[in-house]
Amino acid sequence: MSPVDPNPHQPADGAARHHDDDQASHDHDGHGDEGRGHDGHGHDGDGQDGHGHGGHGHESHGHGSELSEMALRVRALESLLLEKGYVEEAALDELVQTYETRIGPRNGAMIVARSWTDPAFRDWLLRDASAAIHAMGFTGRQGEHMVAVENTPQEHNMVVCTLCSCYPWPVLGLPPTWYKSPPYRSRAVIDPRGVLADFGVELPPATRIRVWDSTAEVRYLVIPMRPAGTDGWSAEELAALVSRDSMIGTAVVAAPAVAAAS
Amino acid sequence: MNGGQDLGGMMGFGPVQPEPEPKDGGELFHESWEESAFAITLAAGGLGLWNIDQSRQARESLHPADYLRSSYYEIWIKGLERLLLDRGLVTAAELASGSAQVPAAAVKPLSAAQVWPSLSRGTPYDRPRRTPARFKVGDAVRTRNEHPVGHTRLPRYARDKAGVIERCHGVFVFPDSNAAGSGEAPQWLYAVRFDGRELWGSSGDASLAVSVDAWESYLVAA
Repeated sequence: MSPVDPNPHQPADGAARHHDDDQASHDHDGHGDEGRGHDGHGHDGDGQDGHGHGGHGHESHGHGSELSEMALRVRALESLLLEKGYVEEAALDELVQTYETRIGPRNGAMIVARSWTDPAFRDWLLRDASAAIHAMGFTGRQGEHMVAVENTPQEHNMVVCTLCSCYPWPVLGLPPTWYKSPPYRSRAVIDPRGVLADFGVELPPATRIRVWDSTAEVRYLVIPMRPAGTDGWSAEELAALVSRDSMIGTAVVAAPAVAAAS
Repeated sequence: MNGGQDLGGMMGFGPVQPEPEPKDGGELFHESWEESAFAITLAAGGLGLWNIDQSRQARESLHPADYLRSSYYEIWIKGLERLLLDRGLVTAAELASGSAQVPAAAVKPLSAAQVWPSLSRGTPYDRPRRTPARFKVGDAVRTRNEHPVGHTRLPRYARDKAGVIERCHGVFVFPDSNAAGSGEAPQWLYAVRFDGRELWGSSGDASLAVSVDAWESYLVAA
């Protein structure tokens, strides 16, 4: 994966993404779990099983005899919880669909773009991120208490949760696998420049690095630097440039190519 | 507890494996079972029978080798199974068989109609500020060198270290107490900044500073 948004000029699709967008993604480049041995079967076939969109449930696990030990264990647990009336199938579907279609990193991108274009909002965001972000409608679970930290030429911010996987869900959606995995959680606080190198990012040696370890219920959002060459761009155009990783602090937002900006 | 979850500063896990975000073809769930693991974990949490700190404590109680070998949704499932067993909601035989063998507890499951209101409302963890804060921004502090056997949120790498109060977040539920079922016992919470070399020694990155969010009882005046 490129350190910056590899397709910065794809149209922004807002918070509402359709799961079918994932159909082209089953090559699993950069799959954070490769080699961990938790799942011996291949991923091919996922594209046909219609997981999500109401297909959640027993019929959606369509891996046949290839089901891994963990898949069987989760299936048994889900069946048991349904049978005992502890969970409801429709609620399970709704939970998955919410994070597939209503909540994701495009929310955060809208916040960043607004902070780049609206100085009064930027001031509010840096002073009281919870209020500023909640006022945009991005409220709720894992985003109750927000802090925004702004990158500058002198200082680059990066967010981690070394103890679990704390992440600002309402503005970035569910965390990517790497964010929850030992390589990132162990190294971000001791070797952030090495982590950035894994993402293909090299910062000037003089740039200070600030790492925020999310050890409480405060969630951090990085406001990346606005790239050069975007004067006069609308907030919508700018939001399309802002990658998820730039709001975690493992990427920077690259200047757009002149041709693409026209 | 000094468990498998406390990863800051460990070595040997290899490089980070980046992955694209959904708009660029990334997947929210890499396996169908991860979708189920996510949904049943949140739905079961909606029963209201345990708090977030107890969820974390359950995950941290895995054997460290098991924790480190497991993907994050595997950790969630193993933690959920422990909570369900501990609360008497399921039996080990039921988990093994996947079917009910004893009557269910009287609980009210999360409904589909409750999902969005519940998620968008969230669960605030700040509490009224009934006592003055002991520290103010800029104060020099030192973290305590404590190794509690229960749940705690001061990572090992940040214990017994000199830092500076950088932000005062307000008063928040205290995880160590909340996880133990001993009440919320709210305390002032601060962002404490440490220089990289204070944490990692003279060979540490001199351009690095790390902040952790630390409750007041984790800190002493320096």
